[in-house]
Amino acid sequence: MTTEHFVQFKNVQKSYDGETLVVKNLNLSIGKGEFLTMLGPSGSGKTTCLMMLAGFETTTHGDILLGDKSINNVPPHERGIGMVFQNYALFPHMSVAENLAFPLEVRKIPRADIEQKVQRALDMVELSDFGARRPAQLSGGQQQRVAVARALVFEPDLVLMDEPLGALDKKLREQMQYEIKHIHERLGVTIVYVTHDQSEALTMSDRIAVFNDGIIQQLSSPVELYEKPTTTFVSQFIGENNSLQGRVREISNGIATVELRGGKIVRAQAVNVQGENTDTILSIRPERIVVDPDGASVGELSTLEGQIEELIYLGDHIRTRMKVVDCDDFIVKIPNVHGHKILGSGQKVSVGWLTEDCRALDCSVLNMEGKAQ
Amino acid sequence: MAIAENINKSNGGDDVMRTADGTPLKLSLQRAQRRQKQRTFFLVVPLLVFILFSFVFPILNMLTRSVEDPQVVSYMPNTLKALEDWDGESLPGEPVFEAMAQDFKIGRENKTIGRVGKRLNYEESGMRGLFNKTGRRIDKIETGPWKQAFLDIDKKWANVKTFTIIQRHDSAYSASYYIAALDLKQNEQNEIVRQDEERRIYVSLFLRTFGVSFLIAVLTLLLGFPIAYLMANLPLRYSNLLMILVLLPFWTSLLVRTTSWIVLLQSQGVINDVLVAMGLIDDENRVQMIFNMTGTIVAMTHILLPFMVLPLYSVMRTIPPSYMRAARSLGANQFVAFVRIYLPQTVPGISAGAILVFILAIGYYITPALVGGETGQLISNIIAYHMQRSLNWGLAGALGSILLLSVLVLFGLYSRFLGLRGLKFG
Repeated sequence: MTTEHFVQFKNVQKSYDGETLVVKNLNLSIGKGEFLTMLGPSGSGKTTCLMMLAGFETTTHGDILLGDKSINNVPPHERGIGMVFQNYALFPHMSVAENLAFPLEVRKIPRADIEQKVQRALDMVELSDFGARRPAQLSGGQQQRVAVARALVFEPDLVLMDEPLGALDKKLREQMQYEIKHIHERLGVTIVYVTHDQSEALTMSDRIAVFNDGIIQQLSSPVELYEKPTTTFVSQFIGENNSLQGRVREISNGIATVELRGGKIVRAQAVNVQGENTDTILSIRPERIVVDPDGASVGELSTLEGQIEELIYLGDHIRTRMKVVDCDDFIVKIPNVHGHKILGSGQKVSVGWLTEDCRALDCSVLNMEGKAQ
Repeated sequence: MAIAENINKSNGGDDVMRTADGTPLKLSLQRAQRRQKQRTFFLVVPLLVFILFSFVFPILNMLTRSVEDPQVVSYMPNTLKALEDWDGESLPGEPVFEAMAQDFKIGRENKTIGRVGKRLNYEESGMRGLFNKTGRRIDKIETGPWKQAFLDIDKKWANVKTFTIIQRHDSAYSASYYIAALDLKQNEQNEIVRQDEERRIYVSLFLRTFGVSFLIAVLTLLLGFPIAYLMANLPLRYSNLLMILVLLPFWTSLLVRTTSWIVLLQSQGVINDVLVAMGLIDDENRVQMIFNMTGTIVAMTHILLPFMVLPLYSVMRTIPPSYMRAARSLGANQFVAFVRIYLPQTVPGISAGAILVFILAIGYYITPALVGGETGQLISNIIAYHMQRSLNWGLAGALGSILLLSVLVLFGLYSRFLGLRGLKFG
């Protein structure tokens, strides 16, 4: 079994109605022991992919391989994949211990071993004394842990999690994120995790596959996903982002010269542009923008004029909404450090950023908006 | 400090909580809620009155009728009094016959002696004839000796048993209807023994009713479970259509439905015609499917099916599909997942549906009456018979009370073991 390609999606397509594709030609390879997150808005096809992997949906076209073997025709109960469901799906008529014993019993494991394994699983999620309780007698967080323990108790190589933390409140959710991450690190099990919560994905994953409209927009590590988005969708979906529309005038050495509306020229990394004289969207992170940049910067700067529309005090930083060129939703985060600039609404300032922080991306988001209208 | 003192003062020194002006809090609350309670009460008054007259009163009436036994006490008081000294073994002496002659003459005048005869006829056939005949003849005899006079009128007066039966009714209330309803009787020694073999009908009819009701509950479960499952798991568009199909029988008249079964099942009916046409049976050997037990079971299963489907559906709808998926992902095949995960969660629906169908079936009258023929009759039909034909309302009341009691016992068992919370329909 290769460790690189433990789970593989090969040209997988899925359609429910025979007219539209929910998953469009998916190719994805998941390594053994990896924590991979499928991230995307609802209807992006991420849950469908998970369900196909679990065996609850059939692929319309293509193969899903688990350890080099196609599992297209393997029923779910023979796949040996653990799964944690959105609402935990703990069996309400069984106690916690019986829930955990269920996967072992159907595998006809001897009674004594079952008890031992169940206790070990309970210890793992720190619920040692809760075996006799019914799921309804547990809090949401405890139910969550039982669901995780149940998916792991029969020692599967692969565990799927379908928005498992969606029903928890924010604080508990963050705590559970760390717990699941630690369990993953400890057991070395492969986890495929589905969520629409980007911070959850960034916190936990080794790699993130961003889904939109049935295709993977970008597959990379959390850092790369945030720092180096390759599509406008990803740049806007992950974190906060400023978008400026423009037209590519020239590309040289990976640097695009872009003419913004109103004739201003800026330079940006040519990441995902069709070529010269095509439309592009420039993407700049709010925290990478400097107000009134002085000359003492480390690289090539682009500067534009902006007018402050609104200032919002958020404690650690001041969120500043500006009108820059034709965009009146241009956000700059001014850190609340000693000697930061005191600005007022309506004030005109210049804003600047390094060329390497400005990425020229595709216009597909624009096209989709155009289609919608 | 001042506030604390104030509170102490308003508490009046004792432990009773008081409002600011010193009225006990409970009293104040009661006053405040009185109007609301009154309004609630007036809202339910019409229904309460209706139920009282249409439900509570008839049931009480039925219960009293089943134990009332006033005829002998009211219309033969002298005889009963004279029988007090009787040894119960030999034929009574002249005083008893004299008292009886007195009762007969008064009864003849008031036209009440026939009622005694009719009542005693339930215990021993021939009594009605004996009393009518004696009543007619004794009127013409002016003086005794009465014993000989009675014996001359009918030989049955020489029978000790006749007097045992009369004496047995020395109270205005008796369990004799219940004794009869349970296929028992009192012999000459006043011991309760089983009715003669050929006269035992009610117990076997009760058992048959329970058996048929149980069978119908099982049949509706077998037929209703898959459709309820389908309804609970299909997209709303299709499940609504199925729901309409399930409810369709509800919207059709009971008589129409029952008659359509007659059309289908009778020996010259659709199904038999098809079977003959297909050559599966001969024209002479058409299958008798109606006017017997088969007809009763088929028609009742059909009619009671929605009462099984609705509670099942309402329970199944609350079981998310993720449970089955979870079971599958944990390694259970479809069958194991169904039996160990899905089925146990439908138990409230199964039990609610089963108890509902069973209780409805126990008291079902119109369908067996229409399609049951002779062999497909249930206990309710015999109750109706005693109400309408034989006019033995006491026995009808006793049979009805036993039926009511058995339903209550069942219901009690149900709530004891499964709880009434599970009883939700629709």
